[in-house]
Amino acid sequence: MRFRRTPSHIWCQQVVEMVSDYLEGTLPARDQRRLDHHFTICPPCSIYLSQMRETLRLAGKLVPEDLSPEMEQEFTEVYRRWREES
Amino acid sequence: MSFHAPRLPWTRRRSQVIDPDLLLLERLRAGDESAFVTLVSLHHDPMLRLARTFVSSHAIAEEVVQDTWLGVLRGIERFEGRSSLRTWLLAILVKRARTAGGREARSIASSDSASFVAAVDADRFQSSGAWGAPPEAWTDDLEERIGARALRDQILAALADMPERQRAVVMLRDVDGLQSEEVCQVLDLSPGNERVLLHRGRSRLRQALEDEIGAIHT
Ligand SMILES: [Zn+2]
Repeated sequence: MRFRRTPSHIWCQQVVEMVSDYLEGTLPARDQRRLDHHFTICPPCSIYLSQMRETLRLAGKLVPEDLSPEMEQEFTEVYRRWREES
Repeated sequence: MSFHAPRLPWTRRRSQVIDPDLLLLERLRAGDESAFVTLVSLHHDPMLRLARTFVSSHAIAEEVVQDTWLGVLRGIERFEGRSSLRTWLLAILVKRARTAGGREARSIASSDSASFVAAVDADRFQSSGAWGAPPEAWTDDLEERIGARALRDQILAALADMPERQRAVVMLRDVDGLQSEEVCQVLDLSPGNERVLLHRGRSRLRQALEDEIGAIHT
């Protein structure tokens, strides 16, 4: 991998520290533009960005199991306890 | 926990016209017991996982969740809908979990923000800051190639390894799909802290997946 010096002077090692904020849209406009530019000229960093997007997509697909019948029963009792006190 | 089609009430977009939570809340206020159980089941898993980051055992976490729901029922008339229902109940949960966790929780809170941890190991960069060992593109069909279960287990293991606040932030933001402002409210974090914790946690998740996926490629 060749040393890459972009016009906006940002290195890959700095980019990976900013990717989360980049995706959150919380970077200052100037940094956002520096990263936009960097991704167009640096394939490894743009792979890194896609991997991060994929990571978040997979994390968002972890979903809860249904409540077990025992737990349902317990919570029904919580509800009835509250009804009795009110 | 497992992979399924996206579920409704925890979806990450707010485009729905009617918040299903609010409909359930209406029914609950009208004395509908089944509405309560439905509401609990929609929020149970995220609540339990969040509680678990503050207390040392699963059993205590379950108590905290039950205790939270009792508190929610008692305060139901005070809920004004200024925050979303889930933000409100998760914030109640965190207060209770912190109390239950006691000193344990405080020592955790101070321990995980101390030192800088690189998003990607410094060994993988040249001294110039350019990649030395760059990441390789992942295939588009990861779930078929590697298996949804293996990917899920890898994510869960990486989450379990994280310092507690980091884990709580990533779970709320990326697993449960809360907005970052909601995460800050629930965990009582500044936006800056939330972003740092999120960044660190996400970097660890990506690395964990790369470890798993790289092992398949070679
Ligand atoms: Zn780069």
